[in-house]
Parts: sequence; C-alpha cells; structure tokens
Amino acid sequence: MKKLINDPRDVVSDAVAGVALAHRDLLTVHTDPIYIVRADAPVQGQVALVSGGGSGHEPLHGGFVGYGMLSAAVPGPVFTSPTPDPIVDATKAVDGGAGVLHIVKNYTGDVLNFETAAELAAAEGIEVRAVVVDDDVAVKDSLYTAGRRGVAGTVLVEKIAGAAAQRGDSLDQVVELAERVNANVRSMGVALTAPTVPHAGEPSFDIGDDEIEIGIGIHGEPGRERIGLEPADKIVDRILGPILDDLPFVSGDKVLLFVNGMGGTPLIELYIAFRHAAESLKEKGIEVTRTLVGNYVTSLEMQGFSISVLKLDDELTELWDAPVQTAALRWGR
Amino acid sequence: MALGRDWAESWLRATAATVAEHRSELVRLDREIGDGDHGENLDRGFTAVIAKLDSVAADATPADLLKLAATTLISTVGGAAGPLYGTAYLRGSTAIAGESTLDGAAVVAFLTAARDGIVARGKAEPGDKTMIDAWTPAVDAAVAANGEGRSEVEILAAAADAAEAGALATEPLVAHKGRASYLGERAIGHRDPGAESSALILRAAAETAAESSSGT
Repeated sequence: MKKLINDPRDVVSDAVAGVALAHRDLLTVHTDPIYIVRADAPVQGQVALVSGGGSGHEPLHGGFVGYGMLSAAVPGPVFTSPTPDPIVDATKAVDGGAGVLHIVKNYTGDVLNFETAAELAAAEGIEVRAVVVDDDVAVKDSLYTAGRRGVAGTVLVEKIAGAAAQRGDSLDQVVELAERVNANVRSMGVALTAPTVPHAGEPSFDIGDDEIEIGIGIHGEPGRERIGLEPADKIVDRILGPILDDLPFVSGDKVLLFVNGMGGTPLIELYIAFRHAAESLKEKGIEVTRTLVGNYVTSLEMQGFSISVLKLDDELTELWDAPVQTAALRWGR
Repeated sequence: MALGRDWAESWLRATAATVAEHRSELVRLDREIGDGDHGENLDRGFTAVIAKLDSVAADATPADLLKLAATTLISTVGGAAGPLYGTAYLRGSTAIAGESTLDGAAVVAFLTAARDGIVARGKAEPGDKTMIDAWTPAVDAAVAANGEGRSEVEILAAAADAAEAGALATEPLVAHKGRASYLGERAIGHRDPGAESSALILRAAAETAAESSSGT
C-alpha cells in the first residue's frame, strides 16, 4: 500500500485541517467532534442543510459546504458513518430558526446515526427533517435488502435542495424538492480496482487484473456481477440500460447527465464514458440539457465511475443553475 | 452470589478484552460481506467504555454502568453497530434500573429488552443474517433456563451457548439487512460479523458471571 498519509489514524483530522486552511473564505472546521460549517452559519431565517457520512468520498460532503449548497458536513472515519454527537452539534451550529434538513445516503450506519441525531436535536427544540437518498439501481429495492444505496445522486440532491434553501424556501418546500430530485435520479457504478482503507492496509475486496465489478457501491461493496474487462462503450451500455429502464426515462425527457469518477480513473477516461452515454441518450430521444463530469463522489483511490441521470423539470433546472460557491462546485457567483 | 455492580464492570472489561483479542477476526468476517470496519469500530468503542469505568461511583447499580456503556458506544463506534449496540445496552439498562443485584428474572429482562432495542433500531427479523440471529436464540434460551428455575449464571451460560450457535447458523443465510444484503447469494458461506460479536459479548457475560459467583 502506497498512500500520501502520515499516521493512518490521523487521516481524517489531517485532511479536514487542510480543508480548513484551503477554504477559510467558504467554511469553518470544528474539531472534537469534527464537523464543517458554512463560514456565515447560522444564516437566520434560512433552512439549513446538513449531510455527512464516512470519509473517503471527497469532495462529498465537505467540498459542498458553502453558499447555495450545504450548511454543514459531518465526516466520519473513513467509510464509517459519523456518530450522532457531531451530527447533533453541526445541526445546532447551523440552525437559523427555519429548520434543518438532514440529507442521508441510504446506508444502514448513516441512517441509524442520523436518526439518533435527529431525535436528540428534536429534543433540544430544533425542527429536523430527513431525506434519505437511494438512487443506486444496482441494488434491488425490496423487503429483502436494506434498500437501494445512496450514491452519486446525492450531489444533485444537495445542490438543488441547497439552492431552494438559499432562495428562502420553507423546510416543507426544501424537503419536497430534495425528495423530487431523489425520485427522479437513477445511478449505477462500475469498479475496475478496489479501494484500500488506510487503517485496514489492504484492498477492500479482491478483483483480478482483467475483471470489473458491475453495480459497485461507493465503499467498494459488490454489485450485480463480476465480469471480464470490456471496451468503455460496452461498459457504459451495461449500466446505462438499467438506469434508463428503471425510472423509466423516455423520449422527450430533458435530463442532467452526470458522469462521476470514483477517485482513481482519470478525467480523460470519464469523458470517453460521457461521450458514449450522451450519444446513447440522444439516440433514444432523451435531451441532455445539463451536464456534470468529474470526481465528486469518490471511493478513495478506486478506479471506476458511475453514471447518474436526473430527469429535469423547469424548477429543478432553475435551481441547478442557481449560484453556488463551494470548494468543489462554483458558478454564477 | 447475585450479579451486582462488580459483575457489570467485569463484564464490560472482559468484553473489551475479547473484542480486542478477536478484532482481526471480526475485521476479516466484515471484509468478506461488509466493509471491514466492524472489529476496528467495536474495539474503539469498548476501549472508550473502559476509560470511563474508573470514574463510576462505588455505589452505582449494574444499570448505571450499562447505561454508561450505551451512551459511550453511541458516541464512539459509528457505523451501524454503534446505534445498535448502544440501543441494546440503553434499553437493557432501563429494564433493570434501580436494581443493585440481578437475579435470573432480571437477567432475562435485560437480555429481552436489549434484543428488542436492536430490533426496534435495525428492523431486522430472525434469519436476516444480522446480530438478531445471535440475540433471539440467546433470549429464548435464557427464558427457558429461567423457567426451569436455573441460576443467573446458568441462564447466561445458556444464552451464550445459544448465541454462538446462532452466529454459526448465519453462515448459510442470504442477508436481508445491512451492507451484506447487497451481496445476495454471495453472502452465503460467510458468518455475520455482528452475530459473531454478539456471541463474544454474551460469552463474556457468562464467563464473568461464573467467576464472580465462584469467587465468593
């Protein structure tokens, strides 16, 4: 294992200290417990958005703290949910009196810790609502699984709900928009290699040099099937099909196409994937009106990517275009 | 001798020791069907519990110690195991609040409330390949042993035996909750790490109960 780290136990604290120094105009980092808040928090009268989860997915979530997006991010240990305490502290720190929305990826640990935190914050008189993001079509949503995982679509939920909060929407309205994004976004990912959690010191799973895992989660959890390596266009077809069939997306839809890197795949390859995905959508009469390409929801150094497709309406488009000023997304301001 | 404050402390210390001893085994089990952090997270949590035990008053009840364990685990473990074990100790300690020593009925009340807390928080059912598959047979065995009029030491031993058998019996199951549920049939053949750590915790309870009983 080769990693640019000091003591493996200090990975998260060292990294957030760097975030604090690099982005002091945007955010403030609290330590013990660790959470990140907007530099101008709390914004009085404005709904606050808090998200979080295990570290190792950067820039998710700390890179999305700032104007027009998250009010706070709570990073846990690598690939491990934060405990309720920092979530409660972050919730209190950003509450501007208009209520707080927790945006939670559907992983058992995240859901349980955010639920516990919401109960504790409510006991202190803060109105907390939660939206659980579950956009991953690789997992069957049934009584017999923990449900679909929350993956790259989370960024789109955070951006659009954050824009709604920034324009002054009520908590009910922000919740409705976050749920609308979640209801209209579908994602699926592929891994070419496995990530290595620093304190574990070895790859999270074994995968052959000539193998890829279709339907991977963002912690390297297995997906639908293990197959041999194929050309990029064929891999894109394997995940775009289930995404489009699921909602389903149909001819005439306007969509946001998001090709997300998992950390170890270079941008040049992400654009190769984007090209084929965009052409495939065009052939089906689906109009790509907004795009996002890059490493936004990563899995440490894992090679791989995911595709997310969000069906847009006029309001979602307007909120996507609204100004945002965070470390990882910044436009219009 | 009935089980009192000293037993509760011994149990927590023995749990921390057994979790530390089996840390890599729990990591290995979790790496196979989860994300590989179960041993690490539990070790961190019980180490934090031990650090707080010295500050507990001498006249504390077993419930006081177990509630301290609950809040510490919720604050330090993270993942799914933190809220689940934290809720277990919290509900269990509430069921025996105020009692300075625990008889067989109190042991059963503790175990039942702990199991019910895990079910309420995690919404898993028996056969879902989770820690419930260790806890439910453990509670059933404890209830049966208590019904036969056996001692609290024997009740905990029966619970620990049943939990170990239950953990072993998760191996052929497909997971329906937690991260392993994403694996589908690929989870077959692997023991659930949460069921395994539950069995370790209950074995520590039984062993320390036997020691505190024979020591006086």
